Amino acid sequence: MNNDNKTARADTEALVSIRDLHFSRGSNSIFNGLDFDIPRGGVTTIMGPSGTGKTTLLKMIGAQLKPRRGTIEVDGQNVHKLRRKPLYALRQRMGMLFQSGALLTDLTVFENVAFPLREHTDMPDSLIRHLVLMRLHAVGLRGARDLKPAQLSGGMARRVALARALVLDPMMIMYDEPFTGQDPISMGVLIELIASVNQALNLTSIIVSHDLQEAMSISSHVVIISNGKVVEAGSPAQLRASDSEWVQQFLQGNPDGPVPFQYQAPDYASDLFGDRPR
Amino acid sequence: MTSRIIEILVGLFMVLFFAAMVLLATRISNLSGIGGGSGYEITASFDNIGGLKVRAPVSAGGVRVGKVTGISYDSESFRANVTMQIEDSHRAFPLDTSASIYTAGLLGEQYIGLEPGAEEDFLEEGHEIELTQSAMVLEKLIGQVVFSKSGNNSSE
Amino acid sequence: MNAIFDWLQNFGQFWLNMLEKFGRSHLFLGRMLIGSLGFFRRFGLYVRQLHAAGVLTLSIVLVSGLFVGMVLALQGYNTLVGFGAEESLGVVVALTLVRELGPVVAGLLFAGRAGSAMTAEIGLMKATEQIAGLEMMAVDPFQRVYAPRFIAGFIALPCLAAMFSAIGVLGGYLVGVEVLGVDSGAFWSQMQASVDFVDDVVNGLIKAVVFGFVVSWIAIFEGADCIPTSEGVSRATTRTVVYSSLAILGLDFLLTAVMFNV
Repeated sequence: MNNDNKTARADTEALVSIRDLHFSRGSNSIFNGLDFDIPRGGVTTIMGPSGTGKTTLLKMIGAQLKPRRGTIEVDGQNVHKLRRKPLYALRQRMGMLFQSGALLTDLTVFENVAFPLREHTDMPDSLIRHLVLMRLHAVGLRGARDLKPAQLSGGMARRVALARALVLDPMMIMYDEPFTGQDPISMGVLIELIASVNQALNLTSIIVSHDLQEAMSISSHVVIISNGKVVEAGSPAQLRASDSEWVQQFLQGNPDGPVPFQYQAPDYASDLFGDRPR
Repeated sequence: MTSRIIEILVGLFMVLFFAAMVLLATRISNLSGIGGGSGYEITASFDNIGGLKVRAPVSAGGVRVGKVTGISYDSESFRANVTMQIEDSHRAFPLDTSASIYTAGLLGEQYIGLEPGAEEDFLEEGHEIELTQSAMVLEKLIGQVVFSKSGNNSSE
Repeated sequence: MNAIFDWLQNFGQFWLNMLEKFGRSHLFLGRMLIGSLGFFRRFGLYVRQLHAAGVLTLSIVLVSGLFVGMVLALQGYNTLVGFGAEESLGVVVALTLVRELGPVVAGLLFAGRAGSAMTAEIGLMKATEQIAGLEMMAVDPFQRVYAPRFIAGFIALPCLAAMFSAIGVLGGYLVGVEVLGVDSGAFWSQMQASVDFVDDVVNGLIKAVVFGFVVSWIAIFEGADCIPTSEGVSRATTRTVVYSSLAILGLDFLLTAVMFNV
C-alpha cells in the first residue's frame, strides 16, 4: 500500500487508479497498458467500441478477474493483492449494477434489496424493512416490493438492482451498460436516477456504456478506450473539442474514418475475381 | 411457494424416509434380532443341521414363533448346538417338545419345526429340547436311494 | 503429415483440458465443503434445497420403485416356480432392491431429475450474472448457492433410495402374494431370514450416500463451470446426466466388489 504516487491525498485524489493494465483472453489481447484514474465524486464514463473489454474492466476493478500485468487500486488498496476477508469488506463498499440486474430469481423484490443487509448485518427486521422501503421509494418501486424478478421489465430490474446496490451505503457504484435496450422513458428514468443518486449520496459512479449522448449528459469525466489503450480522457466538453480524428468519428458515429468500415480483408477486386477459391 | 409449505413438504419427506427405514429394518431385514429382542432362548442339539442358518425361522404348526440366533459345533458331543429365540407370546411349549429341521420347498430355506409334546411343564429360558431330528441332506438321501436300488434292498 | 500432427495436437489438448477440468473440480469440491460449514447459519436455505432435490424427485422415485418391485416379483416368480422355490420370492425381490436397484435406479433417476435441474439452475444463475452479482455483494456463492445444493443432494439420495427399496418390496408383495398367490408368511419370513440389516440395508444406503455425493458434485460443478450462454447451459446439463450415470454405474461395480464379494 506504500507506493510512490501517493502524492496528493486531497479530495482530488483518484478513487480508482489503473496502472499499466495488461489482459488477454486466449491469444486475443484486450488491454495493453491501460492507464488512467477515476476521480473521487462525480460520474465517470468509460466508453469505447464494442468488444474493447469495458465489462471486463469493471470485473477487474471488482477483483473478479485478475490482470496479466499491472495494478488496480481502489481507495488506496491493490484489489488483486487483497486476501479474501479484506476484499469482501472492500466489495461491500463497491456497488455493481449488472446489465441484466442480476437479481436473485428466487427472492421477491423486497428480499432482493434486503439481501445484502441480511447477509452482512444483524439488523432487526423492522430496521431492515425501513431501509429497504426507503431505497425502493428512492427508485420509485416501493409498490413493486412483492413482485418476483421475472415479473419486472428490464428497466425496473435495473432500478431494483440499484436499490440493492445502494442499501449498504457504498462509496462507489459501477454500472455495466445501464442504458442498453431501454425505451426512452426508462432510459430517462435511469439517467435521472444515476445523476440524482450520485449527487444525493455523494458517491463515485463509474458507467460503462456506448450510449454516447446519454452518458455524456451526466458525466463529469469521460475516458475513451480503444485497442486496449486510453485514447482520450477529460470532461465531455474537452472531448468534444478534441482534435483526434478517431475521437471525432466515435463521437459523431461516422461509419467510415480511422476505424474502417471494412474488416481487414484482401483487396476486393482480387478477392472476387482472383483464382484462389475459398 | 411459501417457505412454510416447503418446510412442511420437507418434513413429510423425512417422515416418509423414516417410515421406509422402519420398514427396511423390521419387515424386510430383521433388525430386532440384533439387540437380543424380546423372547426366551432355548437350545437343541442335532446330528446334522444341513443348511440351517442363523436367523432362520422357528415355527410350530407352520406358524412362525421365533428364530435361530446361534449355531455352534460342540467338539465333545460332535453335534451341532442350535440356539433359538422364541417370542414371548408363545410361552406354552411342553418340556417334551421335539425339534426337527425341515426344508421349505424342494430347494428352499431350512427352518426348525417344533412339535409340542404332552408334559405339564413348559420350556423356559435356557432349557434344552431333548428330542431332535436332523436335517435331511439331499446328497445322503440320493445316495441311499441309489444304494438301495443297486443293492436290491439289502441295505434296508 | 501435417494432418497427423494436427490430430495429435487436438488429442493432446483434449486430454490436457480434461486433466485441468478434473483438477478444477477437486478445488471446487474443497471450497464447497468449506462452504458447507455454514450449515446451521443458513438452515433455511438447506431446507429449501432439500425440497428441490428430494421432494420434487419423490414422485418419480416412488412410482418407479413400485413398478420395478412388481416386475421383479413377476420375473422372479417365473424363474423360481420352476424349482418349486417360489417361497423365496421375497428374498429375491428384497435383496435385489436393497443391494442394487434401490441405490442405482434411485441414483439414475436423481441424476436425471434433480442433477440436471441443479446444473441448469446454476448455469442460468451464471448466465444471468447472479453468481457474479453475489460475489460483488461480498457474498460467497460457495456458501450461499453451491454448498446448500450439495449437502441437500447428498442427504436426499439415500432417503430416496431407502424409499425406493421399501416401496419396491411392497410392489413385489402386491404381485407375488396378492396376485400370484405366494404364501404371505413365507414371503416375509424368508425375506427377514435372508436380508441382513447391516450387510444389506446399510451397505445399500452407503452406496446411495456415495452416489448422492458424486452426482451432486458433478451437477453443481458442471453448472458453475459451464459457458454462460443458453447453449453452454444445455450442454452442461447433458454432461451432468451422462457423467453422473456413468459414475453411478462404475462406482456401483467398485462398491459391490468391496462390500459384498470380498
